[in-house]
Amino acid sequence: MDIRIVNIAKDFGGTGALRGASLDIRDGELIALLGPSGSGKTTLLRVIAGLEIPSTGQVLFANEDATNLPVQHRRIGFVFQHYALFRHMTVFDNIAYGLRVRPRATQPSRREIAQRVEALLDLVQLPGIENRYPAHLSGGQRQRVALARALAVEPRVLLLDEPLGALDAKVRKDLRRWLRDLHDRTGHTTVFVTHDQDEALELADRVAILNEGRVAQIGTPDEVYDTPASPFVMAFVGDTTSMPVELRDGQATFAGKRLMADIIGSAEGETLLYLRPGDAVLVKPDPDDLAGTVLGVRRTATGRRVHVRLDPTTTEIEIEAAASRSIAVGEAVGVRILKGRVFDGK
Amino acid sequence: MRDARSSRLRPVVAETPLARALLIAVAVVFLGIFLIFPVFVVFAEALRHGFGAFLGAFDDPDARAAIRLTLTVAAISVPLNLMFGLAASWAIAKFDFRGKNLLITLIDLPFSVSPVVSGLVYVLLFGAQGLLGPFLKAHGIQIIFALPGIVLATVFVTFPFVARELIPLMQEQGSGEEEAALSLGAGGLRTFVTITLPNVRWGLLYGVLLCNARAMGEFGAVAVVSGHIRGVTTTMPLQVEILYNEYNFVAAFAVASLLALLALVTLAAKSYLEWRYGGALATAIPRR
Repeated sequence: MDIRIVNIAKDFGGTGALRGASLDIRDGELIALLGPSGSGKTTLLRVIAGLEIPSTGQVLFANEDATNLPVQHRRIGFVFQHYALFRHMTVFDNIAYGLRVRPRATQPSRREIAQRVEALLDLVQLPGIENRYPAHLSGGQRQRVALARALAVEPRVLLLDEPLGALDAKVRKDLRRWLRDLHDRTGHTTVFVTHDQDEALELADRVAILNEGRVAQIGTPDEVYDTPASPFVMAFVGDTTSMPVELRDGQATFAGKRLMADIIGSAEGETLLYLRPGDAVLVKPDPDDLAGTVLGVRRTATGRRVHVRLDPTTTEIEIEAAASRSIAVGEAVGVRILKGRVFDGK
Repeated sequence: MRDARSSRLRPVVAETPLARALLIAVAVVFLGIFLIFPVFVVFAEALRHGFGAFLGAFDDPDARAAIRLTLTVAAISVPLNLMFGLAASWAIAKFDFRGKNLLITLIDLPFSVSPVVSGLVYVLLFGAQGLLGPFLKAHGIQIIFALPGIVLATVFVTFPFVARELIPLMQEQGSGEEEAALSLGAGGLRTFVTITLPNVRWGLLYGVLLCNARAMGEFGAVAVVSGHIRGVTTTMPLQVEILYNEYNFVAAFAVASLLALLALVTLAAKSYLEWRYGGALATAIPRR
């Protein structure tokens, strides 16, 4: 089912407010709502669910206005950040709950319910734990039970609030892959909220980045990473470093030296050039390149992150170098900018 | 550390064996003098002239009426306070509304007000010279010096017990499970009955036990409101006072022993619940 969110505003008198967020969600896609704390992503998810009513704006489910439809009637499946499993019920009763609260007429028989619960437990790869209580499950197991419970009611859309947030790193990575696999198998339209950009980029078909209650950009992971719409998006989605340059007719100069870099975007005059640490390289000191002094070196999983001061200014940037290079603090280096991005008016 | 050697042999935060013994002794003596001894005396005095005299105290129709009245008052007040307490706690814990803090303060009011004042308030409101006195008289409704007044006064003084037990429990539990139930299609009432209530059942039972014990034992507020009409508006605590003032000691202590017995039964029930359902009690409070 596709969902249209039109200009939603919601105020709590503080953080988490939405200030005119609009979004189109396509049927069957896995879309991530990504943003820092307080950007309004969880609020937006809850507005879609019907757990919050917006002050203005509309939510349309398959072109029907669902803005004032109570949450019970929206046929959504919600997985809460801390799972909210019913602590006094067994796993079986938890998953069966949505089926048992249906009116008598549409309620499946006891046998059908039992079959469905078992099928769901198989789907989430937790066979045999029907009679356990939530308190006796691990975090990863609880998350999967919460998912099974949400899927039991055959929702039109699955809404996940930081589904992997409460888990430790290793479990999180395993479940990421598993979640994507589950989505591919079941095909539910799924919206999930996260503040972890790696997670969003790895899992989602499209990513919607929220900032201060508005949608800053929507696009595929490639689009938001390679063609960010603003410095905020660029910095949030991946490591970013910046340096002040003077831009004239597409030609950038820094501290008087011309930069031979590819400049994407157009702006005139003094502006900031944004680049990823891999968009610049360290070379032997050369009069044609920028001169720099190494201030610090950090080992990362993929190589070395080098903190360089661009002499003779006070500008400092971060550059990615190969792990095989040995770089000493205080070393004099040459810096060559390969490409960078400027943003109009920002 | 004076005794360096022994301090190496025990945990740093443990007190010395002497300190421990002293503290336990103080606690035991205190409990013994102020709690156990008086309760013991009640039973001893009740049985002073033998079991026959003890049972004879309950042949008295006034004593019987007092017991019936106490039971009736409790049977009305406790369920009322159960409902009020549940409703108030639910509203306070799950919602935000204007006047919420005022409500919380008001709930604690009966604890800070003298029971005599509580009873007096009702006399001033519903008594013959009270605010609503003429209105009630005109319609033939008797509140003061009758059962309704006693129930009102009892409800007032025992109101906080259920609410105070449930509010922190419900606040700690949050609304997550209720939201989950709603998202799965359950209506408001369904959610309350299948999710909210079961989660607070032990706190509720505690609150009801305490409420009941106080309802049966209340003296001050009921004394002001009841008018001491023997055989009609005397509850058990009032009857004990009347009997004692008439120098009918055995009978007084006999009725008092019933109240003491109630206290012991309440304690035993509480302990049993803790022992039997301790695990469930622990999981009622979420561990993040």
